[in-house]
Amino acid sequence: MISFRVNKQSVNLEVDPATPLLWVLRENLGLTGTKYGCGMAQCGACTVHLDGEAVRSCVAPLSRAAGKEVTTIEGLSPDLSHPLQRAWIAEDVPQCGYCQSGQLMSAAVLLREKPRPTDEDIDKAMTGNICRCGTYQRIRRAIHLAAQLKARGGAK
Amino acid sequence: MSAIVNCSRRNFLKASLLAGGGLILGVHIPGLNGSAKAAQQGISTFVPNAFLRIAKDGSVTVIGNHSEMGQGAYTSGAMTIAEELDADWTKIRVEPAPVDPAYNHPIYGVQITGGSTSTWSEWDRLRKAGAAARQMLLAAAAQMWNVDPSTCRTENGQVIHTNSQRRLSYGELVEKASTLTPAQNVTLKDPKDFKIIGKAIKRLDTPDKTNGKAVFGLDVNVPGMLVAVVARPPVFGGQLKSFNTAKAKAVPGVRYVVEIERGVAVVADGFWPAKLGREALEIVWDEGPLVSLDSRAQRDQYAELAKKPGAVAKKEGETASALSTATTKLEAIYDLPYLAHATMEPMNCVADVRADSCEIWVGTQFQSGDRDAAARDTGLKPEQVKLHTTLLGGGFGRRSPLDSHVVREAVQISKTVKVPVKVVWTREDDMRGGYYRPRAYHTVSAGLDGNGKPVAWQQRIVCQSIFVGTPFEPAVVKNGVEETAVEGAADLPYDIPNLLVEWHQAPDGVPVFILRSVGHSHTAFVVETFVDELAHAAGKDPFEFRRGLLGKHPRHKRVLEFVAEKAGWGKAMSNGRGRGLAVHESFGSYVAQVAEVSISKDRGLRVHRVVCAVDCGPVVNPDIVRAQMEGGIVFGLTAALYGEITFEKGRVRQGNFHDYPMLRMHEMPQIEVHIVPSEDKMGGAGEVGVPPVAPAVANAVFALTSKRIRRLPIRMTDAI
Repeated sequence: MISFRVNKQSVNLEVDPATPLLWVLRENLGLTGTKYGCGMAQCGACTVHLDGEAVRSCVAPLSRAAGKEVTTIEGLSPDLSHPLQRAWIAEDVPQCGYCQSGQLMSAAVLLREKPRPTDEDIDKAMTGNICRCGTYQRIRRAIHLAAQLKARGGAK
Repeated sequence: MSAIVNCSRRNFLKASLLAGGGLILGVHIPGLNGSAKAAQQGISTFVPNAFLRIAKDGSVTVIGNHSEMGQGAYTSGAMTIAEELDADWTKIRVEPAPVDPAYNHPIYGVQITGGSTSTWSEWDRLRKAGAAARQMLLAAAAQMWNVDPSTCRTENGQVIHTNSQRRLSYGELVEKASTLTPAQNVTLKDPKDFKIIGKAIKRLDTPDKTNGKAVFGLDVNVPGMLVAVVARPPVFGGQLKSFNTAKAKAVPGVRYVVEIERGVAVVADGFWPAKLGREALEIVWDEGPLVSLDSRAQRDQYAELAKKPGAVAKKEGETASALSTATTKLEAIYDLPYLAHATMEPMNCVADVRADSCEIWVGTQFQSGDRDAAARDTGLKPEQVKLHTTLLGGGFGRRSPLDSHVVREAVQISKTVKVPVKVVWTREDDMRGGYYRPRAYHTVSAGLDGNGKPVAWQQRIVCQSIFVGTPFEPAVVKNGVEETAVEGAADLPYDIPNLLVEWHQAPDGVPVFILRSVGHSHTAFVVETFVDELAHAAGKDPFEFRRGLLGKHPRHKRVLEFVAEKAGWGKAMSNGRGRGLAVHESFGSYVAQVAEVSISKDRGLRVHRVVCAVDCGPVVNPDIVRAQMEGGIVFGLTAALYGEITFEKGRVRQGNFHDYPMLRMHEMPQIEVHIVPSEDKMGGAGEVGVPPVAPAVANAVFALTSKRIRRLPIRMTDAI
């Protein structure tokens, strides 16, 4: 039995602890917002927060989550109110949208650590997240916008 | 973003007839027939035609018959209907169409998304669908008020009686309108009265793509569903010889190990045990004749083919004699590799096969083909197969294979194990699974006269065929030449009196298919870098040289001039940067791009800025067009800098994003998109941003280092 918290709810599971967290979130818990893209921490589509840190859940065994707090895209905000979500909508960032959960989860950690990120900060924090549709320019703009929204106090 | 069954416009009629579909003429809008009736939700809904319904709460549901794969088809289609309907945009939603002839592509005659056609091919039909509904709502209100319809108007989801200012919302008119006969003639708006079309309206699918709610094929869950991972031959064309299931079945969670047409499926409680089960599976393959396939040897094979004349795609004048008398003669050889689509969402499909029904959930570009393939594999009638189209995590053509192989895998497994099954391809399965952009080998020669004017152009293209042997062959292959192999070359826009373009069909084996911009993805590179070479040989500015040769092609010329001005062409460059230019027409749209690059041994090749001008005719949503140009440029840059699928001992050497890299955030250039105002014929957007970027970058490299790039991806050893 492995116990941890997902989006502030307690979870107890009887699953092989070697199973990547990604598949437990998607298949055991029905949290399909976190995506499978590569299975080897190359694309970032599976990014979630583990005790507040961005991790690639496709290579993180479930055992790593034991006793910890996992946040997925479904837990970023209950109502699209996170400044990043508002900025993503304002800039109409997504195209196919498949990578965007991971992009947002990576950006959320960046914004927490650097409330006013520079372009260089964005390069460093976001380079692990691939977008095949090529929305990078809009992601960059949206992160800058989210930083402004947050600074204005419109955020949680 | 899109792709494609790539029939040129002149072949549209032919393709349509071939596929048994009819061109939509006059004001005929498909009504509800067959399974489309299932979309009707009781008498509380007004269903004027197959493309929309209105509920009593005033909500308007648009039925999206073009798959949403990021290209914005749901939003731009809904905008087209909403405009003529005078709908309240805040009450619009879109749901995917079921499979039904009503939703067949107006030109291709099958239910498919591709060819950068979603907006322009549906332009008339969707406008008429909205206008017909509006007319019925207006008539319904007039009847309820007992006034002449001509004294009423519509606005923002309401009918208004102008004199009395009485209003009825569309929701309130549902019952009355449902009793009326659809109009036989509709009046469309004058474009100057458009309120929705032409505006940068936010996409309808964005909110659900920022909170995890958007459902892609891989996210589908059906009660009792198992997950399958399939072991396929390691070499294309290989066959299963024998297999031992014992070790795979010993993996906890593995339920079944079954043979299907393409290999052996391991079916388990979830993806992870299925994958572990596949790793434990013992299989002996007959690897077949392609086991000796090697990319270097293949190049030699293509080079040998290119020495002989090929099938003639275009012939004007006499190139041989013109070349022999030319003052300056240039020759070049180009080699462009196989490319993988690498959609972010790997291939997958859910199928639930029962004795008398089959249900399928899949992010597909080709609904009718997939439905028919499932019917064949199950022995059911097509109407017994219900296909649900999910969102697509990228398409680029990969999700419209004519053989429906992904759907067929899921169907065959579910049929065998008798439970719902989701087939999941790993990234490696996807990367090594074929359906690539064909490798393309070109030889080109051209001649200039004493004044530096080009007098002859001769181009020979060697690549595999995409459509020979498929039902689309008669529409796409003419006089032995496959259009997708020579498009963008055979229709050379430059004014050169002697032109010869030929094609050699390279041997089959590696599965190839349409990939975003199809043949243009290689022909534009060759044409636009070689024209650049001619310009330099003629001692002329590459912009002025092109401009002087585009007298017969005003739309090319206009985007070229537009981009040159916006990019500051001719102005001095600082910071060790160089500029390159390219212009190309594809899918009915005209795109010119200027790339600014820098290059050094230690820092490599950097693309700093790409300025893009596009003329795609009248625009439904300019922000979606801009997004498609941005995305197309990134797609083209990724191919230019990294894209390459190679073979060794018959095996694909690449497997994941570490050895098939994608452009990433830190490499992203500044992209500036300019939409050239145009009342010309509408063209596509999804693919047209791709072709010019690789040649623009290569020409910029030449501007810096005087090195010509003649193979992709660009290697530093070629560039410096």
